[in-house]
Amino acid sequence: MTVAVRVIPCLDVDAGRVVKGVNFLDLRDAGDPVELAAAYDRAGADELTFLDVTASSSDRGTMLDVVRRTAESVFIPLTVGGGVRTVADVDTLLRAGADKIGVNTAAIARPELLAEIAERFGRQVLVLSLDVRRAPAGTTASGFEVTTHGGRRGTGLDAVEWARRGAELGAGEILLNSMDADGTKAGFDLELIGAVRRVVDVPVVASGGAGAAAHFPPAIGAGADAVLAASVFHFGELTVAEVKDVLRGAGHPVR
Amino acid sequence: MTGRPDGGAAPGGRRRIVVLDYGSGNLRSAERALAAAGADVVVTGDLAAAADADGLVVPGVGAFAACVAGIEAIGAGPVIAGRVAAGRPVLGICVGMQILFESGDEHGVVTKGLGLLPGSVTRLAAARLPHMGWNTVQAPVGSVLFAGLPADSRFYFVHSYAVGDAAALTASGARVTTAHHDCDFVAAVERGALSAAQFHPEKSAETGAALLRNWLATVPAGD
Repeated sequence: MTVAVRVIPCLDVDAGRVVKGVNFLDLRDAGDPVELAAAYDRAGADELTFLDVTASSSDRGTMLDVVRRTAESVFIPLTVGGGVRTVADVDTLLRAGADKIGVNTAAIARPELLAEIAERFGRQVLVLSLDVRRAPAGTTASGFEVTTHGGRRGTGLDAVEWARRGAELGAGEILLNSMDADGTKAGFDLELIGAVRRVVDVPVVASGGAGAAAHFPPAIGAGADAVLAASVFHFGELTVAEVKDVLRGAGHPVR
Repeated sequence: MTGRPDGGAAPGGRRRIVVLDYGSGNLRSAERALAAAGADVVVTGDLAAAADADGLVVPGVGAFAACVAGIEAIGAGPVIAGRVAAGRPVLGICVGMQILFESGDEHGVVTKGLGLLPGSVTRLAAARLPHMGWNTVQAPVGSVLFAGLPADSRFYFVHSYAVGDAAALTASGARVTTAHHDCDFVAAVERGALSAAQFHPEKSAETGAALLRNWLATVPAGD
């Protein structure tokens, strides 16, 4: 057999509460990330991602508490991203119970951060997260550029080249979020997935654009090892089991 | 030290488990998963506690060399070896399993391991590394760790290195469980008091919990 395609719900957490509302039955408190994490675990999620969207550094401690409480009761891998800037940030989150740490903006500003984290904790904990959009014609070789500020600000950095370099520096996984596809519910950006797949040998997680179960198999076909989605799961439009059924039907191994 | 005789099992008693803290990560997950499986768990680098516990768990993430250095820094090697020689259960997880072997080769740098199991840890010959995600395993007849688990059970792996050649291990009398990621490699070992898993049972949901309960059932409860 072979390793299963992973299906990963992503929760945006602000000051200890899930934002971008969640519409689930059978929850006492749909805003509690710990309770939601447990619900997704029961639903068959292979992994969970918490994205800390807290603007205030004074609320970072709240996120640590969320990670701690999740690790106490949910026994599937947990990735935490958002606001990670230093090796010390990574250490703190790992000690709280995170298994993998997503790094985004801080690595654009200072790529050596990736090597520092990988050297200290191993590349298996390090996820390089990229928010990518199609670049104005002729500005990047691949046609894709890395953005910051939720896709609003271009960096001029070639996204495919940055993914390649990130993996070389020590990222053990690439989380590829298409800002063009994000929110469209029109499907993943297959061209972007394929372009990054061709230049890295670490796992690639596809994100952005999922709107129907049928959107998931093409992302795997384009080269992704895992698929991440938020709103389609949170609003109950799709269940993890439905996505897995469609993946299985397309010939991909699932748990 | 209790001086408790081995085999003085009290089947209903809670097993006192030490998760060895030698500076490697992932301790909280192992602690919580073992507690959920019914054990009394302490995370510590204290060698007397590690020697005295009913069962010892050796976790480990990151580099082989760093984990060996961490074990040496607290002087835990003889405690682990002493427990195994005395037939007192030890469970190695991920790199905590790898360091039980004779050596690890990372980027051409060969580091000596504890040498309790024959074989060497090398980079997986796979197109996609790290091997990250849920994979099936092939457990041998008579396996205690995998007893009662369906053959298609999946466990969570995250690693780039493993023991690829299991011949010496099998010849030493170990029960060897394998997995496949472009190549076959050792996914778990059971030999006497020594058990080990390359995957993370503490991160493998209910399937991992079942394996931990199977392991705990091999641990005689102290008085």
